[in-house]
Amino acid sequence: MSDAPQAVKKPAGRRKLELDPRLAAYKGVWVFVELERGAVHPVSWELLGEGRRLADMLGVELGGVVIGPPGEETRHACRDAMHYGADLCYLVADAVLSNYRNESYTKALTDLVNAFQPEILLLGATTLGRDLAGSVATTLQTGLTADCTELNIDMENRSLAATRPTFGGSLLCTIVTLNYRPQMATVRPRVMHMPARDASRQGRVIESPLNMIETDIVTKVLEYIPDNLQDKPQLPFADIIVSGGRGMKRKENFQLIWDLAKVLGAEVGATRPVVQAGWVDVERQVGQSGKTVRPKLYIAAGISGAVQHRVGMEASDVIIAINEDPNAPIFDFATYGIVGNAMQILPALTEAFRQQLAVARLAG
Amino acid sequence: MHTVVCIKQVPDSSQIRVHPVTNTIMRQGVPAIINPYDLYSLEEALQLKDRFGGRVTLLCMGPPQAEAALRKALSYGADDAILITDRAFAGSDTLATSFALASAIRQIQKDMPVDLVFTGKQTIDGDTAQVGPGVAKRLDMQLLTYVSKIETLDTDKREIVVQRRAEGGVQVLRTQLPCLITTMEGINDIRYATMANMFRAARHPLKVWDSKTAGIEDPVKIGLKGSPTVVSKVFAPQPKTQKAELIDCEGRRPNDLAVTLVTKLFTHRPDLRQSINS
Repeated sequence: MSDAPQAVKKPAGRRKLELDPRLAAYKGVWVFVELERGAVHPVSWELLGEGRRLADMLGVELGGVVIGPPGEETRHACRDAMHYGADLCYLVADAVLSNYRNESYTKALTDLVNAFQPEILLLGATTLGRDLAGSVATTLQTGLTADCTELNIDMENRSLAATRPTFGGSLLCTIVTLNYRPQMATVRPRVMHMPARDASRQGRVIESPLNMIETDIVTKVLEYIPDNLQDKPQLPFADIIVSGGRGMKRKENFQLIWDLAKVLGAEVGATRPVVQAGWVDVERQVGQSGKTVRPKLYIAAGISGAVQHRVGMEASDVIIAINEDPNAPIFDFATYGIVGNAMQILPALTEAFRQQLAVARLAG
Repeated sequence: MHTVVCIKQVPDSSQIRVHPVTNTIMRQGVPAIINPYDLYSLEEALQLKDRFGGRVTLLCMGPPQAEAALRKALSYGADDAILITDRAFAGSDTLATSFALASAIRQIQKDMPVDLVFTGKQTIDGDTAQVGPGVAKRLDMQLLTYVSKIETLDTDKREIVVQRRAEGGVQVLRTQLPCLITTMEGINDIRYATMANMFRAARHPLKVWDSKTAGIEDPVKIGLKGSPTVVSKVFAPQPKTQKAELIDCEGRRPNDLAVTLVTKLFTHRPDLRQSINS
């Protein structure tokens, strides 16, 4: 059972909201800085931006949590965390932590929480972040709210109000964690704004040991096969995305989407039915159970704009919608719309872009 | 080999509509299905059974109607099915749910030790991906999430090697049984139910456990009482007031429309031209 529908019937108002005095000692907002193989996932910086706002509302410090192998990359992640808004960094550096493994990272993070007692702990909703968050919350026996789209503080009792889509995005619900600390939440990449980096910001680093040695850990990493970035779609961070839905009718018609994407240097996206039909790879799915994107330009062809898709792409700057049905919900939130057959409009659009861009290149 | 597959019955979220006037969920006629992500895990468990023999036990927590999901899952070839259902479970969040499922798995283990537990990577209604990791922690099992391939399984050494999807690549991990696996979509194709299995599934005596039978002594760990998170507010997303500017299509050819649109776009957002050309 999820934390969404069942609890709806009993609103929090019926339960006492005063915090147990034992838990009042928990202070501060933490963001887990996701360092994997030397690089920090950008969602961590987005979360530091959001964490900064929450920490300021509460009047507490913002801490970054860096877990990884000893070395310059790990130190660098700490400095970067300060540049993106952290006041201080908690660091666990140990050779055992050179690869992400659930057991060792859960140990490192739960020990830190128990030692320093933050009131809020935020993680990115990535494969690593979700794996870790679920384990840490269970070990600490506290509440965890997944895939939040909005975070706020209820100033009356200093509690975190975490808003997330429910029923596939048809409704939003705000979730609070009563009488358990820390209050944990995950947020998907690209949901929050990227904060400005300020290289003059500095802070202190508090280092803690990992109370675990290699022989304690059952799971071993035999190999790491990095993705070939050229083959791997990078939808969340793409500037331009051309997406197709069921209205493309047949798998072969999807070539028209690829043609337009090529002219624009864009990524190709899709809706869940299209992915389930096997027309494109699952990595290209945009929406509630796929990726959240916020490109400068999103072109939606043959997409009706069901809420499950909408929640993943409505933050796009400009949305162009092509659909045969003038009443399709996509026209309610797109910037520009063409009512027509995508199979005819797409090739025309590809040609029009090709010509106008060629003119610009000549002129420039 | 004894494998437990946890499944959940969910409303088909692609068919849920919000009433345009009252902004409430229209539940009527929305079919209940097995969470699609659970089917990949079920198929993976069945394939291991095909290769190594053993049993596949289904476990589901939900209302009595969830029996339908279990019978459907039995028809693919699972051996046994347990439904844990109790009013006391109502309002369970992911922490309370993982407690209940873990308790039930401990009960299952009393009859026959469990080597592997499978869950879907997430559900399509809650989308949290938290219950699998929670169950693993509570049972002190090794956790392998987002598994995209099971490479080898050595039943003598009780060792499993899997590929696990990470953000920028694939980890190849080796661990010891018992462990809990959540699978990536697309790892396999669910088989068709055979006629014989369909008949068997329809007649199979389902085990229905209440919280006591599931081994839960302490009712404060389940339901609303056992759930740290509480829904304080449910509301409809703010509808966007501005509708799309429609390009006038009356009697115009696609080429005309396309040129009009592109010109409009670049006039309104000249920066886009730069982003594309760079």
